Amino acid sequence: MKPNLFQYVRADTVRDAVHLLHELSDAGRLIAGGQSLVPAMALRMASPEVLIDISSIPELALIEQKQDVLCIGAGARYSDIQASALVEKTCPLLSRAIPFIAHEAIRNRGTIGGSLAHADPAAELPSCMLALNAQVVVQSVAGQRRIPAEEFFLGTYMTALRDDDMIVGVEIPVLSHGEHHLFRELTRRSGDYAMLGAGFVIVMDGAIIKNARLAYFSVGDKALLAKEAAATLLGHTPVPEVIDVCATRAARELECLGDLYNSAAMKRHLVKTLTRRLLRELLKETE
Amino acid sequence: MDPLYPISFTLNGREVAQEVSTRTTLADLLRHQIGLTATHVGCEQGSCGACSLMVDGRMIRSCLVFAIQLDGAAVETAEGFAGDPKMDALRKAFADRNALQCGFCTSGMLVAARDLLNRENAPDRNVIREFISGNFCRCTGYEAIVDAISQVANATAQSRDIT
Repeated sequence: MKPNLFQYVRADTVRDAVHLLHELSDAGRLIAGGQSLVPAMALRMASPEVLIDISSIPELALIEQKQDVLCIGAGARYSDIQASALVEKTCPLLSRAIPFIAHEAIRNRGTIGGSLAHADPAAELPSCMLALNAQVVVQSVAGQRRIPAEEFFLGTYMTALRDDDMIVGVEIPVLSHGEHHLFRELTRRSGDYAMLGAGFVIVMDGAIIKNARLAYFSVGDKALLAKEAAATLLGHTPVPEVIDVCATRAARELECLGDLYNSAAMKRHLVKTLTRRLLRELLKETE
Repeated sequence: MDPLYPISFTLNGREVAQEVSTRTTLADLLRHQIGLTATHVGCEQGSCGACSLMVDGRMIRSCLVFAIQLDGAAVETAEGFAGDPKMDALRKAFADRNALQCGFCTSGMLVAARDLLNRENAPDRNVIREFISGNFCRCTGYEAIVDAISQVANATAQSRDIT
């Protein structure tokens, strides 16, 4: 349970970090909160040659609204996002999702950028980004670019990040009129990895669903959107028959993979159950 | 022998200077180099919570932080809370309620319980259970631990009502 030896550098600015990452190429690895990387190093599943510590770069910790966009720095820690009144007002999905992430001591160090870069298929935030239609802001020596969440997550621990890319933040459209955020996960014990989880962003025009983004995690090899299921909701009121059609479609549409404890069939069953529960919550919220 | 690098930080209110290997975790630094052994090391992968302590006022897992990252930080361990009224009350309540058997998880539990009580006025049993779910205890079944924390929470809430 002791990591391999490595070298350590602390970056004080994004510019420094990006240059170090470029110079070191394969040898360099960013560490922010380290709440996934350090266990991986302890188990020697990861053995980076050089750790570039970005955990004390002030500009990465910012949470601010710019016009209709909520900008969260990659270094914002879960507990800071959870405590932010701005996030609660403009993006309640995150305020609802974060209490489900691990435990207090982990949330005090883990960062949003770290969660997205790690791309654990059982993690909460990647699916939130899908549901919110967020953009991941990425920087390298070549400059800055934005990657839509839907194009960012490629598979288990795999993202669209190139070797010398660093996530600097996310941009999330702020809550609009009639928009509802729903989040739930099913676990055996509090703080455990989810058996299945989901985050929904649904826009209502009165009683009618205008737009829906249904994202799931702990379901397959990455966070997934159920697009066909979402389409069944459009133009309808979330009454029981509509909810059933949507839940059945989601269970058929999503490519479920079994894990250590739950078979693929179990996951499909849970997709149906969780979809129903969340849409019933929506119905309650809108009644 | 690993190369060593100098760091300095505040430990329970005192400035300390140490030389550390990059791969030395805060937990190992405390136990092996400094000799403070209230911080227990269980799983070394962030699951068990036995190594919980405070860094810059926030509870963290000291097995998931490298000591070299903490140059300039303020670290508080279970040893540092002697005389802290909440910690004293918690220690007494843990003893009164038999909220420990082997004691391995206890210092981490106390650090977590104190952190909770500093932030929540009157946490109910569900909130307490949820909060300490990151600290594994393999002997008590948690009931007595929740009793003890709850007892201190209620006493604090009551004394506030009187004043």
